[in-house]
This record gives sequence, structure tokens and C-alpha cells, in this order.
Amino acid sequence: MILFLMAIAAFGIIKLRNLFAVVMLSGIFSLLAASLYVHLTAVDVAFTEASVGAGISTLLMLATLAITGEYEKKHTTNNLFPLLIVVVTGAALIYGTLDMPLYGAANAPANLHLIPRFIEQSGTEIGIPNIVTSVLASYRGYDTLGETVVIFTAAIGVLVLLGRGRNRWRPGISADAPSKDEENEV
Amino acid sequence: MNNHSILRVVSKFMIPFILLFALYVQFHGDFGPGGGFQAGVIFAAAFILYGLIYGIENARKVLPATATRLLLAAGVLLYVGTGLFGIFMGGNFLDYNVLAATAVGGQHLGILLVEFGVGTTVAATMVTIFFVFAGQDF
Repeated sequence: MILFLMAIAAFGIIKLRNLFAVVMLSGIFSLLAASLYVHLTAVDVAFTEASVGAGISTLLMLATLAITGEYEKKHTTNNLFPLLIVVVTGAALIYGTLDMPLYGAANAPANLHLIPRFIEQSGTEIGIPNIVTSVLASYRGYDTLGETVVIFTAAIGVLVLLGRGRNRWRPGISADAPSKDEENEV
Repeated sequence: MNNHSILRVVSKFMIPFILLFALYVQFHGDFGPGGGFQAGVIFAAAFILYGLIYGIENARKVLPATATRLLLAAGVLLYVGTGLFGIFMGGNFLDYNVLAATAVGGQHLGILLVEFGVGTTVAATMVTIFFVFAGQDF
């Protein structure tokens, strides 16, 4: 049922030209994904999806819409070749999942080695009840460090592109008022 | 949004609870769902709400640009610093066992510090991105 609703939302995102509605639909999509994760008892992931996917990124997209405008341009290029690439990639990915063990299968490699190890040992090794936090911050501390640096880099990128001192490179400004270089030439 | 008195009053009432909930998610992440990422986002949401209702200029008075930039780096530095301190104490990078007298105590301390670093960077990042986007005067 949730997957069906997600498919409807995704189809709406593709079809609609009103970007405001698209942003709202992507927020709904994230919220549906979050409830799917709750259904799979991955509460931490659901929490992240709800706060980041449905909350902050919807807000940031709305802030972007305030800058760019509400409607998507109609593009008339031929979509056949991109469609072919998407279909082939999707088929390859589905073919890849055929070899994977079924969801929750008891003899899956992850359920045989890693998960019992974390469930049995993390209580004595780390001593905190939330195993997800133990794995995230301690066993996989390097990964989380990498993720933090990625977020840091995103902020730096936004600051470099749009932050202070942007007027010097913005072409729209020099059209109205003469820039410093032009004044020197005069 | 100066004339929306209901929004102003309700948001003013909500913001302390949002901040408190963020801190709860941050420091209760060891025991229940939650952690640095989620807490950082919720913490930033409180400032973004303030910025939406009361204007970016007023929000910038609460949290100046220099402060967010400093926090941005401080979070990553706290994470890396915890890892390096592990080396300094004779363990490996990001090895929390050596941080305190007992291994479990060290793990507790290490996870707390690292999660706090994550939360700081995430909150500062979200606030920075929103304020920079919303502060555009096109």
C-alpha cells in the first residue's frame, strides 16, 4: 500500500510542471518512505528520513523556488535515448537483486556473521542500548566521519557559490551600475 | 510576515520546545532512536522557523554568520579531535576504548563527543544553507 502511494507520488513528480506541487509531492514521498522504514522496524532511518527528507530538504527546495521561479520549462528534446539508458540500468539492477538473499532470510550472510556479532557483543563492548548508535558512531566511526565531512563540504560549497562577496562575480550587477574595472578605464 | 500574529505567537511558543526536543534527541541517541544527524536537523529547524517568521536579519542577530561558520568547522574538528585523542592516548584513530578508565566508559564518552560533533556540523550546515538561500536579494 505504501509502495503504491509512493509510486503515485513519483509519477506525479515526473508529470507535473508546477514545481511548487513537485516539491510538496517529494516531501510526501519522503514521509511515505519514512513510514515504510517504520514498518521495517528501522526507526532510526525513519527518523532521519522524516526530519531530513520530508522536513529540511522540502524547506530548502522551497527556498530555491523563491529564487528560480515556479514553473518548469517545457523541453522538446528527444527523450528516447535517455529512456533506453534508464530501462537498461534498471533491468541490470533488478537482475543484480535476483542473486540476493530474500529480505529477512535467516541464512543471509549479514544475518549469519555481522548482525549476531553486533547484537551479542555490543552490549558488553559498547554498553549502550541502541545498537544502531553503537554501529554508527563506534564500529563504523570512519563512515560517519566521512558523512560529516560531506555535509561540511556541502555547506562550504554553498558558501563559496552564494555566500558573502558574491556581488563581485554576479554579471547582473555590472549591467546596471559600472563595475570597478570599467570606472578605472574611464 | 510581520502581520501574522497567530504565526508569531505560536512559533515563539514552539521554538523553545523544538530546541529542547533537539537536545533530547541528541543526548538520548544512545538509548532510543535518534542521534547527531536528526538532532542537528531539528535544532536547525528551530532557527529556520524563527528566520521565516521574524525575518532573516533578526535571525542573523541571534546566530551571526561568523558563529555558524565557526560551529560548522567546530563539529568536524570535535569529531576528528576525538579520533586523534584516541591515538594520543595510545589507541588507534577513533578508538574510544582508551578515552576513559574503562573500555565501556571510553566508548560512552567517545560516542557522546562524536555525536555532538555530528549534530553541531549538521545544525550549522542547515542554518547556513537556508540563510544563504533566503538572504538572496534577487
